[in-house]
Amino acid sequence: MTTFTPTSPTETLSAVEWALANESPLEILGHGSKRGLGRPLQTEHTLDLSQLTGVTLYEPEELVLSARAGTPLAEIEKLLADHGQELAFEPMDYGPLLGGVAGRGTIGGVLAANLAGPRRLKAGAARDHILGINAVSGRGEAFKSGGRVVKNVTGYDLSKAMAGSWGTLAVLTDVTFKVLPAAETEVTLAIRGLFDEEAAAAMALALGSSEEVSSAAHVPENLVGSIAGGALKGASATLLRVEGFGPSVAFRTKKLIDLLKNAGPIDEISGDASKALWRDIRDCAPFADGTERPVWRVSMAPSQAHAMVMALRMEEATDAFYDWQGGLVWLRMQADPEADLLRRLVRKFGGGHATLVRANHSLRASLAVFEPQLPALAGLSARLKEQFDPKGILNPGRMVPLGKSATLAASNE
Amino acid sequence: MSGLVMPAPDQSTLSRRAEIVADMRIIVPGEGVVDAVNEMRAFESDGLTAYRQLPLVVVLPETVAQVSRILKYCDDRKIRVVPRGSGTSLSGGALPLEDAVLLVMSRFNRILEIDYPNRTVIAQPGVTNLGITTAVEQEGFYYAPDPSSQIACSIGGNVAENSGGVHSLKYGLTANNVLGIEMVLMNGEVIRLGGKHLDSEGYDLLGVMTGSEGLLGVVTEVTVRILRKPETARALLIGFPTSEQGGQCVADIIGAGIIPGGMEMMDRPAIHAAEDFVHAGYPRECEALLIVELDGPGVEVDHLIGRVEAIALKNGSTTCRISQSEQERMTFWAGRKAAFPAVGRISPDYYCMDGTIPRKELPRVLAGMRELSEQYGLGVANVFHAGDGNLHPLILYDANIPGELDKAENFGADILRLCVKVGGVLTGEHGVGVEKRDLMPEMFNQIDLDQQMRVKCAFDPNHLLNPGKVFPQLRRCAELGRMHISGGKLPFPDIPRF
Repeated sequence: MTTFTPTSPTETLSAVEWALANESPLEILGHGSKRGLGRPLQTEHTLDLSQLTGVTLYEPEELVLSARAGTPLAEIEKLLADHGQELAFEPMDYGPLLGGVAGRGTIGGVLAANLAGPRRLKAGAARDHILGINAVSGRGEAFKSGGRVVKNVTGYDLSKAMAGSWGTLAVLTDVTFKVLPAAETEVTLAIRGLFDEEAAAAMALALGSSEEVSSAAHVPENLVGSIAGGALKGASATLLRVEGFGPSVAFRTKKLIDLLKNAGPIDEISGDASKALWRDIRDCAPFADGTERPVWRVSMAPSQAHAMVMALRMEEATDAFYDWQGGLVWLRMQADPEADLLRRLVRKFGGGHATLVRANHSLRASLAVFEPQLPALAGLSARLKEQFDPKGILNPGRMVPLGKSATLAASNE
Repeated sequence: MSGLVMPAPDQSTLSRRAEIVADMRIIVPGEGVVDAVNEMRAFESDGLTAYRQLPLVVVLPETVAQVSRILKYCDDRKIRVVPRGSGTSLSGGALPLEDAVLLVMSRFNRILEIDYPNRTVIAQPGVTNLGITTAVEQEGFYYAPDPSSQIACSIGGNVAENSGGVHSLKYGLTANNVLGIEMVLMNGEVIRLGGKHLDSEGYDLLGVMTGSEGLLGVVTEVTVRILRKPETARALLIGFPTSEQGGQCVADIIGAGIIPGGMEMMDRPAIHAAEDFVHAGYPRECEALLIVELDGPGVEVDHLIGRVEAIALKNGSTTCRISQSEQERMTFWAGRKAAFPAVGRISPDYYCMDGTIPRKELPRVLAGMRELSEQYGLGVANVFHAGDGNLHPLILYDANIPGELDKAENFGADILRLCVKVGGVLTGEHGVGVEKRDLMPEMFNQIDLDQQMRVKCAFDPNHLLNPGKVFPQLRRCAELGRMHISGGKLPFPDIPRF
């Protein structure tokens, strides 16, 4: 049992070369804040990147920041905030949901898990902001892709290939992200007392308006007490966030209230209270309950989400709330994850995918944590993995079981 | 680059041409197979007209099943295939090969679905970029990426090139606006990546496909997100005595937390060419002209106009006009939008380059270009997507003068080398294609390039799809797969372990 803790890209390369020469798989780790997500690993050795740290370039006027992959996200967010900037995609913090503490996680982990937050609709995810990477492949080779400029189509975008690859293709050593000015002000409108279906209609109306709503979530009555410090208790809350320059936010908020005044009573939440509220939505606070009850993260067409949840509830008691206008559904199950049922319903309601983000060890080892793919796509994914990591030494089995690709029988389509 | 070396034609394929054409006619009945030389002429080049080559045969399929059968047929027989959308590539991405089937996707020209509650459009790849906006604008929506060829270029081609446009700083590139695709692999397999949902599952193959220049697969359907048209847009036209001041103004605008919808800069030769052509009222005495467009709710735009104006004055602007009407805003843009044809009027030919640099390096790069201009004895005019650092130097030359094209190409290559040297890249939005293929080693070492080619091996192990583009040197996948295990003999003393 060896843990390598490189402090430089060169040392990282040496560790991977060693693992390759010995055909000895490595668990690739930052802070381990997302270790409970994904299929459990059975590796003897660990490559711990938490000492590979430091911001190597930050030019606020150029909207660019580079850092070693193990740099704490919290450190980067602080640095950006000091300059009135931010990672616009608001990377979520899995810590509390997975039974850990808040505020951990590295910038490399942000990309490897392709994190996003409630601003997903407007600002995208980590994959939309990554500009360049340096990494070590499972072939024991240090390579780079992309650069430090926003507009770049030189060669394949291997930086995006790293997004959501959970450390199975290469070990990131450096990442360069586009950063953006933080909004001057924000206001959240909370429409109270809507059922899921009414909320879906209200969110679609708001997002289809020209008021530039940056986030839209719906928290049903049974869960609303667990966000915003309980301030919204009593009735469901359909939340719409408006951000930007002061006069613009005031103007757009007023127009939105006019547009939605018939939907239900509307509360206005601004400033830090609004920020705290969206942090709760971002970090899945309603299900950060200290248990290991199964939690799903479902990505699907926004307008179909409530119908999928209703169909699911016909068969199984489920807690659910919605972010991204419904494009992200968080589900907490009683005990059984009901993976097949859920995935069948997601396919039935317009397609998408479901990730079992929280479950106990044995469920994660026996179930497909990530959505199984149809054979042609699964084959392509397996070939891509083979091209980066032919000996399977990087996080083997984290995304799909070893020795096979997780495929969905074509007849299930 | 005029001495462009393409992969040697496969003699066996050439000798089987009649048989291949006949088989293509079986797969695509009717008018979809073109093999007469005079009819194939229309396809012999794309937007990079310096290079021309007749293909083996032109095939225009109409269905996904046909695309799948064509690719499988070619894969089985080791026949090369070059995909083509509207043929507007400026880097030769759709340049035919003598021994390759040219797969033209222009008959895939229908919009399949418009979904306003989810704000998505599903289109076939041959639909033009502007065609998507046209389909949804009556409801107040539009598709954000707007490459200058948007009336002609296809959405499938936009995916292949990861096309940008003047609004990409605020609204992103194609990669940020495409949610899903259906595509056919070289072996004929049809796969779907993403959909109407926001995060695609598994590896981000959609991200890899976007900007892959037709080397990985053929896109047969595209799902894009559409946005509500901003309520209003106004522009400022700002002149500076030096490019340094213009560049600093751009940095200060962004430093103030303002991300304009568009921010374009022109240098003096470009200003003069544009002004002579469209009489937009551009100030001729300026060294740098900046167009800053702010869009959004009226109240926001008015608020920001004032702030940008103050920043311009602080940076020593000599003129600053603010559009008072939609017509005036369009006039400000008229010169910029006509910059290419305007330069075409002052020079028999021009060669458009496409590097990206860190914005702060603009004065240094412009100075370097002036030196190169003297050295080569060729003029250069610059238009610049100032917000995102994307430069479009237009090199002026006369193709009728022997050697001038070569000189222009060498000048261009030197400009791109300079871009890389200051921390930039070879191409911001036009693609590598054949044009910048041989410059790739300026930016990537052999390990970097090999890893990119290995991605190609996962998609197309026989290198049959669009070979000769992007990569300066083709290497067999078997060779790329070989492992050279080094290190590991010692359990490194130099690495801290627990």
